[in-house]
Amino acid sequence: MTNFSETVDAPGRFAGYRAVLASRVRSQRSYRSNFAFDLASSGFVGVIELVEVWLLFHQVSVLGGLTFAQVLLVFGIADLCHSFADLFVGHCDTLPEYVRAGTLDVFYLRPQPLLLQLMTSDISLRRITRAGVALAALVIGLSINDIHWSVAAVGLLAVTIVSAIAIFSAMFVWAAGTQFFLIQGAEFTNAFVYGGRYAATQPAAVWSAPLKVLFGFVFPMALSAYVPALWLLGLPGPIGLPTWLAWCTPVAALWIWGFALFMWRLGVRHYQGGGG
Amino acid sequence: MFGGLVANVTFGFLKVAMLFATVHAAGGTLQGYSVGTMSAYIWISQGMLGSINLSGRIELAERIRTGDVAIDFLRPINVQLATVATEVGKGIFALIPRGVPSVAVGALVVGMSVPTTPAPYLLGAVSLLLGITVSFATVYLVAVIGFWLIETRGIQIFYMVISGFFAGLYVPISLFPTWLLVIAEATPFPSMMMYPIDVLTGRVTGPASYGLVCAQLGWLAVTLLAGHLLTIAGRRKLEVQGG
Repeated sequence: MTNFSETVDAPGRFAGYRAVLASRVRSQRSYRSNFAFDLASSGFVGVIELVEVWLLFHQVSVLGGLTFAQVLLVFGIADLCHSFADLFVGHCDTLPEYVRAGTLDVFYLRPQPLLLQLMTSDISLRRITRAGVALAALVIGLSINDIHWSVAAVGLLAVTIVSAIAIFSAMFVWAAGTQFFLIQGAEFTNAFVYGGRYAATQPAAVWSAPLKVLFGFVFPMALSAYVPALWLLGLPGPIGLPTWLAWCTPVAALWIWGFALFMWRLGVRHYQGGGG
Repeated sequence: MFGGLVANVTFGFLKVAMLFATVHAAGGTLQGYSVGTMSAYIWISQGMLGSINLSGRIELAERIRTGDVAIDFLRPINVQLATVATEVGKGIFALIPRGVPSVAVGALVVGMSVPTTPAPYLLGAVSLLLGITVSFATVYLVAVIGFWLIETRGIQIFYMVISGFFAGLYVPISLFPTWLLVIAEATPFPSMMMYPIDVLTGRVTGPASYGLVCAQLGWLAVTLLAGHLLTIAGRRKLEVQGG
């Protein structure tokens, strides 16, 4: 009996995803001047978002119990993690365009899970400059504030950043799943995806109770940056958001991913195909 | 439209939280804004979002990119005025499902100060109309540059950020430091949103309010003239390329 052995390595499980991502990266880098302009405008957006926060602190010195130096820390964590999430899966909330063009059906033809295909179908490298602006704000925030650096503090910062990127990524997936139901539902999901980004950079102490429920727990924006920053700064939390919750960001990430995947499953079941 | 209303209301409540806290931290009045007038600013600005163009993108840009605009030039209508008129019409209509409900939600849930005399309402309506028209006359310029640049996405993103910032969408421009305020007032953007809000809420009354409306008229004239000249030049370029 001849033994047929594989002399050629079969492609790995992730080769398909890698190929698509690599092609997107190549295409974005091949149009040099366009890409450079995109990088510049992304960075500009990041700067303007920071200026928006600064403008308020130009008028008053303490807002929601934080000074501008302390808000820099909140802004830095929130915008850095949101920019990274946007870089990797920000295109997911444009799902309706795939649905309208009928190209979503193409994803069904491939032997890969639909959501994973959607998530790896594009990558927005231009967001890296915006992440850079946020990183600068974070580094400044970490150095000029009086933070007691211990192993716990470093650990919390690391856990927070990873969890926050997960939370913001889940928001884009939630938007994709929800938009299966809504016709032209982009503005509805934008309210919570980009409204959530805005909320995450705010000192949540200024929020009313309904806002704390919505952006503190349903969409855990306050937990992604503000509460961990409070813990690092050694400040007390506002009513309803005690600082020990800073250690619960992974739980919040699991919750929002569960919500997002639930909406995704509902949406996919509801989808009847583009008629192709 | 409903989605837009949800977005308006969500951002509205978030801004209420931040800006009210700022007014309180400033001792109850901030550059002339009280909590009531700040609330009016927030809800009217959110309501106006569906009616003015701060995204930098209009349909014409796509038609110029694909060359379909050549057909538009064959029609016996002025391309610039027809485009602006169409968009202004859509903007005015959007006040009904999006503008008025946003203000209503704010007035009922949060409360706001409203003027008690008829003058701010009358002049405010004129100012609002002018603001909508100026916004589309200006964004027309971004589209028409496409005759030369073809791909205007980069400019459109810059426009989106700058227009919102200087129109007073993020914070009222009175909160800007003086040098930034001077720069803002040298652009047409405050005429799109900030001035109509100032007149409507009664924050600026009397001769000063007429001054704001005159500034809006001035910017309308400038942007329409610039758009007219660019359209003529762009048409010439189109014919040279397309035959």
